[in-house]
Amino acid sequence: MSHRPAEASAGIGITITINEQVRQIEVQPSTTLLDLLRHDLALAGTKKGCDHGQCGACTVLIDGRRINSCLQLAVMQDGKEITTIEGLAQGGQLHPLQQAFIERDAFQCGYCTPGQICSAIGLLEEGHAGTRDEIRELMSGNLCRCGAYSNIVDAIEDVMIQRAGIVREAAE
Amino acid sequence: MNRFSYHRAESLADAVARLQTNPAAAIIAGGTNLVDLMKYEVERPEELIDVTRLDELQTMSWIEDGGLRIGALVPNSDVAYDERIAEHYPLLTHAVLAGATPQLRNAATTGGNLNQRTRCYYFNDVSTPCNKREPGSGCSAIGGVNRIHAILGASSHCIATHPSDMCVALAALDAAVEVVGPEGARSIPFGDYHRLPEDQPQRDNTLRQGEIVVAVTLPREASDFAGNYTYLKLRDRLSYAFALVSVAAALQLDGERIAAARLALGGVAHKPWRRTEAEEALVGMVPDETAFMSAADFLIAGAEPHEHNAFKVELARRAIVCALSQAASGTAQSLTDKRIA
Repeated sequence: MSHRPAEASAGIGITITINEQVRQIEVQPSTTLLDLLRHDLALAGTKKGCDHGQCGACTVLIDGRRINSCLQLAVMQDGKEITTIEGLAQGGQLHPLQQAFIERDAFQCGYCTPGQICSAIGLLEEGHAGTRDEIRELMSGNLCRCGAYSNIVDAIEDVMIQRAGIVREAAE
Repeated sequence: MNRFSYHRAESLADAVARLQTNPAAAIIAGGTNLVDLMKYEVERPEELIDVTRLDELQTMSWIEDGGLRIGALVPNSDVAYDERIAEHYPLLTHAVLAGATPQLRNAATTGGNLNQRTRCYYFNDVSTPCNKREPGSGCSAIGGVNRIHAILGASSHCIATHPSDMCVALAALDAAVEVVGPEGARSIPFGDYHRLPEDQPQRDNTLRQGEIVVAVTLPREASDFAGNYTYLKLRDRLSYAFALVSVAAALQLDGERIAAARLALGGVAHKPWRRTEAEEALVGMVPDETAFMSAADFLIAGAEPHEHNAFKVELARRAIVCALSQAASGTAQSLTDKRIA
């Protein structure tokens, strides 16, 4: 699969699944996944903060792993499954982390929140955080300039405890 | 970002051929450094060769003599949480987890970590002269703001540092870099992979035209350092910041004395900084502050600080002593409790 700049206007065809919906789209080689989501697909829930991988506002899940979408080229996502903040609620029911962020008042302006929540989903799936210090360290890729950090840790801890309870019940 | 063409490599041979025929092409994998630099127009490749679909670069496996081979595309997070590495090469685990963020580690690859560029402010700012970015244009860091810059092995052309944590551990563990190019495969000892700036700071490493990193191998002998080690990283923030100074230290103890030592510094030079004299100075010694100070003196001998980074010389000296003390007592620096014991 090759593409020359002279053909740029035509774009390159890719197939990606975004929030469980399969899409066939044409993208320019220089389009980032973040710009594809926000501009071409009108999924503006994913936020552009620094656009350089420093703030985490653009965090999405690619094949289940949390990734900075600003540093990923869309053309390289052919065949991948992307989950954004818009894809988390199921049947009108908020994702437990979305609910926990509301209950714990884990945001002020809300701009970093979609990235925080997608990142926290990745953190829970990875399973390497067991303490508040570990949550803090493993959420270090998401900045919150309002400074809601302590409530963000509370929200994530709540869901971690809920999940541990579910795992325990299932084991019994 | 400049306009560029995109090519998804079908095979390693295809990627090598493509890279050989077009010196202005670049390999892309995790993208965390290259895409960032393209946005700043620091990197302006004519073509991107996407190697992420090459299965042979994705695997991690034991090799015949007992060492471990890490494919160039293995993400940093998979290295960080691999149980084999945690058991046999925990210094590498600690170094990888000291760098970047979980999101970046999920995307960033082993090969990409080696080949990332410096975070020198001037290299990243196309409005300023920089010999690494634009050979012959001058070095803005010399006489400029140089707090984060090199104190060892720099030249009058460049005082940039290599930013990796992972590479500091790989240097200490005597890893090797496997590359494949137009003339076939070769293995480069880790200490020879990155180079000092001299009068060609645009060259970060000793890769030849058309060569691609395919794996990093850890020798079996390096697993003898799995008991007494630490990666001590000192930085402006406790998380997600590049090292001002970092130390990879590992010891083998034989009763009361040091039988073997490994010591490398990050954040102070154009490559991970290791000197055999410093390690030899520790062999046969009782692991105490006198021995550690002596090793530190060997490792930072000839340090030449600049206007804003003289603090790094004493910081490095103390960090080396502290790291060796952590290694000797078998209490590696905690990854989450950032207090330094």
